Amino acid sequence: MWDHEIRAMASTHAIIAASVFMATVLPAVVMPGFSVYGAHLLWIYSVSAAVTAVSVAVFWLLGITPPTKKHTVGYKLSKLVRSCLYFFLSCLFFHTVLVLYGAPLIEFALETFSLAVLLTSLTTLRCLCVLGPNVQAWIRVFSRHGAMSVWDTCLQITVACTLVGAWLGAFPIPLDWDRPWQVWPVSCSLGGMIGFLTGLVAAPAWIHYHRKQLTYKCK
Amino acid sequence: MKVRSSVFASFILIFEVFGICLFLRGFFPVPVKSSLSSKSKLSDLPAEPLTGGSHNSSRLPQPLFKRVVIMLVDAMREDFVFGVNGRTYMPYTRHLVERGSSLSFVAKARAPTVTMPRIKALTTGSIPGFIDVIMNLNSPALLEDNLIWQAKTAGKRIVFYGDDTWVRLFPKHFMEYDGTTSFFVSDYTEVDNNVTRHLESTLKRDDWDILILHYLGLDHIGHISGPHSSLIQPKLLEMDDILKKIHSALIPKEAEGSLPYLLVLCGDHGMSETGSHGGSSEPEVNTPLVLISPAFKRKVGMEKPEVVEQVDLTPTLALGLGLPVSQNSVGRLIPGVLEETSLRDQLRFLHLNGHQLSCLLKDSMPDYQKEVGFEQFRVAEKAHGSWMKLFLEGNTSETLTNMGKKVLKQYLDALAAMSSALSKQLGKYDMYSMIVGMVFVFQLLLVLLLAMPEALSGAATVDLPVFSALLSLPFYLLCLLLASVHVLVCTSAESSCYFCSLSWGLVFIAIAFSSAMFCILVSMATRRLPLGTKIHGKSPLMSSSSEWSLSELDVLLLAGTIGHTLSLAASSFVEEEHQTWYFLLNTLCLAVFQDVCRKYFREQSSGDEDEHILLSKDCHPPAYPKAEICSEKWLALATPPFTLVCCRLLRSLNQTGVQWAHLPDVGHWLNSSEHKTVLSLLAAFCLVLIYFLVQRRCSWVSKIALALGLLGVYSYRAAVGNVLFPWQHSGRNTSKGTVEARFVYVFVLGILFTGTKDLLRSQIITADAKLKSRGLWEIYSGLVLLVSLLFRAHNLPVLCCCLLIQTLMAQFIWKKLHYDAAQTTIMHYWFGQAFFYFQGNSNNIATIDISVGFVGLESYVEAPAIFLTALSTYAGPVLWACHLVCHLSSGRERSPVAVSHGCYCLALLRSVPAAAYIVLVTVLRYHLFIWSVFSPKLLYESMHLLLTAGVCIFFNTMEQSRSSS
Repeated sequence: MWDHEIRAMASTHAIIAASVFMATVLPAVVMPGFSVYGAHLLWIYSVSAAVTAVSVAVFWLLGITPPTKKHTVGYKLSKLVRSCLYFFLSCLFFHTVLVLYGAPLIEFALETFSLAVLLTSLTTLRCLCVLGPNVQAWIRVFSRHGAMSVWDTCLQITVACTLVGAWLGAFPIPLDWDRPWQVWPVSCSLGGMIGFLTGLVAAPAWIHYHRKQLTYKCK
Repeated sequence: MKVRSSVFASFILIFEVFGICLFLRGFFPVPVKSSLSSKSKLSDLPAEPLTGGSHNSSRLPQPLFKRVVIMLVDAMREDFVFGVNGRTYMPYTRHLVERGSSLSFVAKARAPTVTMPRIKALTTGSIPGFIDVIMNLNSPALLEDNLIWQAKTAGKRIVFYGDDTWVRLFPKHFMEYDGTTSFFVSDYTEVDNNVTRHLESTLKRDDWDILILHYLGLDHIGHISGPHSSLIQPKLLEMDDILKKIHSALIPKEAEGSLPYLLVLCGDHGMSETGSHGGSSEPEVNTPLVLISPAFKRKVGMEKPEVVEQVDLTPTLALGLGLPVSQNSVGRLIPGVLEETSLRDQLRFLHLNGHQLSCLLKDSMPDYQKEVGFEQFRVAEKAHGSWMKLFLEGNTSETLTNMGKKVLKQYLDALAAMSSALSKQLGKYDMYSMIVGMVFVFQLLLVLLLAMPEALSGAATVDLPVFSALLSLPFYLLCLLLASVHVLVCTSAESSCYFCSLSWGLVFIAIAFSSAMFCILVSMATRRLPLGTKIHGKSPLMSSSSEWSLSELDVLLLAGTIGHTLSLAASSFVEEEHQTWYFLLNTLCLAVFQDVCRKYFREQSSGDEDEHILLSKDCHPPAYPKAEICSEKWLALATPPFTLVCCRLLRSLNQTGVQWAHLPDVGHWLNSSEHKTVLSLLAAFCLVLIYFLVQRRCSWVSKIALALGLLGVYSYRAAVGNVLFPWQHSGRNTSKGTVEARFVYVFVLGILFTGTKDLLRSQIITADAKLKSRGLWEIYSGLVLLVSLLFRAHNLPVLCCCLLIQTLMAQFIWKKLHYDAAQTTIMHYWFGQAFFYFQGNSNNIATIDISVGFVGLESYVEAPAIFLTALSTYAGPVLWACHLVCHLSSGRERSPVAVSHGCYCLALLRSVPAAAYIVLVTVLRYHLFIWSVFSPKLLYESMHLLLTAGVCIFFNTMEQSRSSS
């Protein structure tokens, strides 16, 4: 039913996944001694930057962002500023949640904040791209039966997958295996990334499989 | 037979406690211990047996060796020396074994094959059980009678180099020592160099009698790369070199006429094919034991080494050094050592060993006279006496020698029989009792699970087909079958078994109970199968079968419960269980937060939109109810984040677990002497807050009693010296605070009494729901007062936050969001578990605060001490469970069966992990950490089950009064 959208979604996701891959591989080529564990913060930054840039570009090109009523430069500027603000607030929010979950308050603050940035660029950024800086729309999408388009469903799936991945990623930390990936926040960021990639694959597949059952009420 | 689900759940829990007790009895065999608390003394040694006349020639045996060097190589496997590769691995040792004057044996170690229990076994000669670990809770030092102590008392000078476990076990026993930690498993050269570097100078000196060397490198290599790695050979060659060095240093010191030396090479345990140890497979258990001394005959070729028990070394060394054998030793003298001594001495040594074993046998077995070994020993002793008589008369004929040999043989047989009778009792799991206990628990759990739809239905009654089961044919057949199995097992079992030693009546009751349970189980299962869809509970837990209506919260609650149960299989997750609970609790709070948000934001757009928009726009209109709704909304929204913040703060109050336990925490900071003022202020603030949180629902009498009681708590803490008292002058010394504590106890009892009185009155006379709820809350506040007395001053914030969260959650979340009894119960259970760890508890026995047992008591009185310790340890879970009772039975709009549902859910929540855990422990019984990690957790689990059974009975009485009213 939504074949066009599904195809667009799949290609978008393929591009984003490729960007993640490139963001992992390129620094390894350019920088000698780069590894995901060893220079973990660098990896987080490069992946976050890549995902941010590619998502913004792709969604802007696709034009899924909700139609704006005004086209003045001032309005667009304010929207941009608000998006940045939301991005930053979301980083702070994730940081707070991570600290509440037991991340050390002072000792690993930079690592925790980097993880928050990564999670933000994987989840909040997509919301910003698809829904715009509109809190009401966010609440609508993330409440039950709130999706109003294929993109909303896709958003739900990827965000849930990312968060669950990061959540599951915390489990190996207490094990006494002494592996490099058990260091905070490596396992969580890897878990989040794996969850995100899973979501990228799962969302189009799930929508494609359920495309007969999907009905959206339009407002 | 129809029973209410609360009664049903309590019954199940009580029987589960019995099952677990049986399991525990099988899992922790009672150790063989001499009842005498003193240690063996030289003066206590028995006289040489002699028939007729009190001849005074009974002399103490001459020691065999002057100095002893014990070279203990950790994880030394038997085939490293005696195997095919022995010649290339340890050429010098092999040469000594084959050609030198030496004795070689394969010494069998007992499970658990871990270093510390093995060192204990080697020095005490007994086989340490887990109960020993608990008995010596407070001191890591070995208090039992042991070889090292005996040697020190006899004036022997002992030098020790190696694993620092020895230094901890025997503090102040060594004249000179240097302990190396085995913490860095990846280091296998430095640990051994640290031992060897002292060797040169020590061997040159003459001022020691016993030298003990414990090398760890081989064990570390085993852990890194296994027994076939390329690192093994160089390490063994190094060990061989050291042995050669020691041996060549000892030979020139040998002077004519003086006693010879003894060099012992042994291993504490072996290593498995993967390089680990702890279990009881052949390569882990078999260790080499090589005794080298000029006192032995020269060998002429490789013989197959004899098999002895590891503990046999202890009496051999003790007697060889002229020391009394330690009391609890179950080993027997290795006869090869005596070969070159006179027949009289041989008999004397064997007699001493036999006497010690027979004393131990007398102490540890009620029917010791029936033992074969004991009888044999008596006969041998008599024969020894008559031999001595002849010998002292100067008879030197051939017959005397033959007779002596016969006595020797009798002694050896007696020793073997007694030793095996003793060691049968210990160091072994009593599998039959364990399995029986497990079967009980699982039958009960299955019945509990099968009854779920009925128990959680609106009627909350469970139909148990007890009579039909008791009258059915399969029941009697099963009884017969199980009885015959029991007889079969008990007659064929070679080791002692607790369940077999029970009286027949008890066993029959157990068998009948088990078969009845089985019949009930089957009939319930058959009833459930076709009717599975018809009897359909209202619970969200069961609705999954028909329609998919599980909310995110339900998914989380189910997944968390199951995930936690599964996580118990990993030792790290058991050690760090608090992390699991904190993590789950955080997620729960976030999920609740999402529910609250959905309720207050989503309903706004879908439901009556106008009103809500109006509400959110102006929050303070004159309309009173609207303002209240608005403030309530924000309070409800603030509750989960507030809970999260509380949990985060409490989490940093006490660091527990193993990996991060060393990190500094707020509790330590508060307890340091320079922060006493802060602690005092905090404690006072917490007590005031506790008063305000608890007093709301009490009668005015209880209010006054509570206030005075809390004042008493503060003055108790001041008297003990934890906090500062503003009016207190520095002149007064710290006392035990007995008076203050008893003052509080009076108020606790008073409040509990008022509460009980109210409850009884509501039940018997007036049937007033309000009175009943007040009585419940009074009992609850009495409990809170008691706990605040028992908690340490720095833990009062835990209690305070507990009450705060309970109040807020009850007010704004559980009532407003219409969570059903099952969900509320699971949340309460999770909170209780998390607060157990917030208090600073862990799954390690060492974190139990035993000093609580002395609060308000002049001296140690067992019953109150145990009660107080248990209450303060489990304060978190108990308080939450009690709050659950109060909450479920006090709500007006609650359905009348809520208490029943809650009780059932609590029983289920507790029995699932307990049942799963006993299976896990049984499977992992040869795990490396079974004694250090899994067994303490097992004790915690059983204790928790017992407490939950108590709480469920309390539930029951509440339910009872409701139904009667």
